[in-house]
Amino acid sequence: MLDLKNLSQEINSKTQQITDRQSLESLKTFYLGKKGLITEAFKNMGAIDADKRKNFAAKLNIIKTNLLNEINSYETKIELKEIDEKLSSEKIDITLPTKEIKKGKIHPVSQVIDELTCIFAEIGFSVAEGPDIENEFNNFTALNTPEHHPARDMHDTFYLDENKKNLLRTHTSPVQIRTMLNNKPPIKIIAPGRTYRCDSDMTHTPMFHQLEGLHIDEDVNMGNLKGCLDFFLKKFFEDKNLEMRFRPSHFPFTEPSVEVDISYKLENNKIVVGKGDKWLEVLGCGMVHPNVLKNVKIDPKKFQGYAFGVGIDRLAMLKYGITDLRSFFEGDLRWSNHYGFDANDVPTNYRGLSK
Amino acid sequence: MKLTIPWLKRHLNTKTSIDQIVSTLTNIGLEVEEVHKPNVNLKLFKIAKILKTEKHPNADRLKVCDVDIGDKVEKVVCGAPNARSGLLTVYAPPGAEIPKNGMKLVVAQIRGIESRGMLCSESELGISNASDGIIELKEKKIGEKFFKKSDEVIDISITPNRSDCLGIKGIARDLSAYGLGKLIEEKKIKLKEQSKKKVKVEIKKNSGCNTFGSLCIEGIKNCESPKWLKKDLESLGLKPISAVVDVTNYIMFDLNRPMHAYDSDKIDGNIIVRQSKNGESFEALDEKKYNVPEEACLITDNKKILGLGGIIGGQSSAIDYDTKNIVLEAAAFDPVKIAKTSKQLGIITDAKFRFERGVDPNSIENGLKLAAKLIQEICGGKISKITITGNTKSKNIKIKFDINNFEKLIGFSVNSKDCQKILEKLGFKVKVKKQFLDIDVPSWRPDVNQEADIIEEILRIKGLDKVSSIAPYSNENKPALNYHQKLFHLVQRSFASRGFFETISWSFTNSKLNQYYSDQSIKITNPISADLDVLRSSNFVNLILQAKSNLDRSNLNLQMFEVGPVFKNNLTQETIASGILVGKKVSSTWIDNDQDFNVIDAKEDLYFILSDLGLSLENLVIEKSDKSYYHPGQSGDVYLGNKKGPKVASFGTIHPLILKKMDIQKSNIVGLEIYLDNFVEPKKPSRVSKKQLKKYDFQIVERDFAFIVDKNVKAGDLVSVIKKTNEIIKSVNVFDLYEGENIDEGKKSVAIKVLFEPTDKTLNDKEIDELSDKIILAAESLGGSLRSQ
Repeated sequence: MLDLKNLSQEINSKTQQITDRQSLESLKTFYLGKKGLITEAFKNMGAIDADKRKNFAAKLNIIKTNLLNEINSYETKIELKEIDEKLSSEKIDITLPTKEIKKGKIHPVSQVIDELTCIFAEIGFSVAEGPDIENEFNNFTALNTPEHHPARDMHDTFYLDENKKNLLRTHTSPVQIRTMLNNKPPIKIIAPGRTYRCDSDMTHTPMFHQLEGLHIDEDVNMGNLKGCLDFFLKKFFEDKNLEMRFRPSHFPFTEPSVEVDISYKLENNKIVVGKGDKWLEVLGCGMVHPNVLKNVKIDPKKFQGYAFGVGIDRLAMLKYGITDLRSFFEGDLRWSNHYGFDANDVPTNYRGLSK
Repeated sequence: MKLTIPWLKRHLNTKTSIDQIVSTLTNIGLEVEEVHKPNVNLKLFKIAKILKTEKHPNADRLKVCDVDIGDKVEKVVCGAPNARSGLLTVYAPPGAEIPKNGMKLVVAQIRGIESRGMLCSESELGISNASDGIIELKEKKIGEKFFKKSDEVIDISITPNRSDCLGIKGIARDLSAYGLGKLIEEKKIKLKEQSKKKVKVEIKKNSGCNTFGSLCIEGIKNCESPKWLKKDLESLGLKPISAVVDVTNYIMFDLNRPMHAYDSDKIDGNIIVRQSKNGESFEALDEKKYNVPEEACLITDNKKILGLGGIIGGQSSAIDYDTKNIVLEAAAFDPVKIAKTSKQLGIITDAKFRFERGVDPNSIENGLKLAAKLIQEICGGKISKITITGNTKSKNIKIKFDINNFEKLIGFSVNSKDCQKILEKLGFKVKVKKQFLDIDVPSWRPDVNQEADIIEEILRIKGLDKVSSIAPYSNENKPALNYHQKLFHLVQRSFASRGFFETISWSFTNSKLNQYYSDQSIKITNPISADLDVLRSSNFVNLILQAKSNLDRSNLNLQMFEVGPVFKNNLTQETIASGILVGKKVSSTWIDNDQDFNVIDAKEDLYFILSDLGLSLENLVIEKSDKSYYHPGQSGDVYLGNKKGPKVASFGTIHPLILKKMDIQKSNIVGLEIYLDNFVEPKKPSRVSKKQLKKYDFQIVERDFAFIVDKNVKAGDLVSVIKKTNEIIKSVNVFDLYEGENIDEGKKSVAIKVLFEPTDKTLNDKEIDELSDKIILAAESLGGSLRSQ
């Protein structure tokens, strides 16, 4: 019969000699393998007297459990040791550069159009469109600007034929006409897009962008216009203290007509929109002229409303401090990288206009 | 329109400060663009007399002058040939700034002689271009200031509807309506009829002249205008000419009443106002000869053209200092005709500007009287009776105004008394009947002809600040963006997420470059420049131009895109999203070697973006591209579903010939285009129409094959025939392509990995072998064979 006391001591001294995985494995095999000492002892237990057998088995089980615990704890230690060795040998110079990070950019005009769409969508406007090639009727005549009207001269129109019937739209206002011809009131739209005038100097480019707004219903009045623009300008410039001033003006397609100034101040010769002592003209608007409504077969006795037009490029320049309009259309990637916006910087009404 | 306070005060009795006048003008719709302050520097220029000149000891052309400047005598070195003793001229002391060039004078040593100040030429003083000597004056008091005291000048931008404010009286009337003083009504002028002279005026049909008023003044002595008149005209930036001409100009700016004066001794017979015929020409007062277009309004006599009615007078009857007898004209012309003729001839005059916008037809008589009176005061002469030919009475417009409509349109209420007061001060005649106002519009307000115009008049005087904001509301009857608008937005973001920079380029381009993209281009009749003369037929034209300018700046590896319109010959347009990849995809790093962008890179970006736009990549079919601007062997068109389905995109290497023509030598450019307009809106958005997810937990099996096929067999076709062999094939991927050693010429080896995903049981070896055999058969149907190990 195996001397359990000796066995226990022997195990103790042997486990203390474990240094690595190999000595651990051989110890495991020696005692617990198929022909291991303890395995064999259990197998041969039948030869022991029945009255001693129970006691023997209990003691042997304790020894076995202890041994297993011991082995487990050595296994963990050895694993940790092995990982430590691995960690100290496997090094990568993490200051090495990655592959080039290619980050595209969204043009400021596109970003501002998205911002404007987001702002106006919140108050029930939807986006309408019209073509860049317009006819003389939609661009001028229907907008109460007959031939030889002095206002036409101010537009420096690009024409596509000698008869001056087809032209590049000089403003986004013809979208008003198209929308009203094809829809019945209530109408509540914005129309961003490219516009063209035969004009090129430091502050004018032959192509630029405008946003048109139009709201027609039975009872839309100038108070609604003021409220709408106040909401839009404060949201867009992200400044609740922004002040707005209405000034009488003249556009053939609105009556009364208004120009809108916003407050700003000069800081180091730079325009900073917000509370300030100076006024800056940003947009034109007014109540849609009854003649325009008649031209699109809407009864001016029954329906009325407002329209406004604003330069998108200028809004972008003011908000983002871009000084040179011409640079918008040059495609210089140094400029795009500097003033452009990240792909995931999508204006939303829950997260805000910028990320 | 320019304005000075003293001139304004001739029409407006007011004590208001200039600052308040300026802010009121802007508030009532007469926007002040600028207030020019008088120049203090000009006070320094004095009238002086040269007492003595000596030759400069060290310079042949210079003189040293003793100059009497009133309170003392200064030594000035001067190079003017006309500097001589006894000459009256203008002296500028040290500290003064020369108007012409802004140069500030200092006490200077000129070739060793001290010079205190400078004697000035007319050009240096900014009063003419004469620069060949110092200014010569007569009969002036030594020591007096040369420049007269000047006033602040208010520059107003008058909108095209307010022609009445192109006369200072109109501006005064608006200010009085606001309450900044009382409008001074002119006294009625009574002229003594001292001359019996009469010019017969005949207005022919369709002449473009409705009324022609005239009077004669005999025996005048034309001269320089008096000080006050010269100063008034100069303050508005006009050049005084002679008393007769200056008076007509004065009345134009005072009352918005353009006039013209003829030397009646230069008129042959009657004045005939008629429409021009083909081939007529005349010399105008600007000393240019004009070929008059047909149907212009001409003022003629029996022999010649005297002037272009309402636009410009002619040299043949011009007033000069010898003029003894004159005819004054005040007329009413057709604005459209004036606009047309002046545009055709490119003439811009103050008269044309006014007639085009509207001149009070009832101001003819008053204008003639005032002019005659002033001319007589200055030049003497005998005045004849006024003759008016044509329409003598114009009908005033009447408007019935319901004051409730003011509140309906503007949002706050007004009472009829207030409205009446404002309108009457603006010159309207008003009768109140309960909430209705019967309104007579004055003849100087051609812009007012319906109720909305009256509402504007009341509103601008009441003040736009009275309108209170109504908070906006949302009644969302429509989504903000429709399907194609969303695509536009998405495609921008998707391109940017792939590393592309968005650019916006002109919608027009150079016809020489555009011809590579379309046989015909839409021409612009009046292009901004010769190299922007047509509408673009492809976004690539300008994108590649922009790429070139980046390349020229040594920015060699580019990814750019633009979403915008492309124009077709029938004047329609299509929205296309186009991207280009230029130069290297990878510039050699410690990880990778150099790698140029190739057509497959364009395809990768394209497929990523198409997937972003909601297309299922499995539904895309590639065919050879029909676009001639791509490399024929490296380009494709992408269709949805099959070749007859909508063409959604193209991609390819840009044709090397285009790059050569554009002088882009070192770079390779590949491009992709997405035809957004060809996308068909799905009935339901894909996110809500997704099928139930099916997943199977049986072992996925992977098998690799290498087939030898003909070189021109397309990998895409091989993949597609293999895929069709069994439904449980999850994917077929080409992972290697090999040509060269050990492969026969004209052949290539294509290595393919196939994944089987069984749906009902795990596959056993036998079943896998059967599947593989079918795949090999399929490859053989394309002439392929399994590559031996």
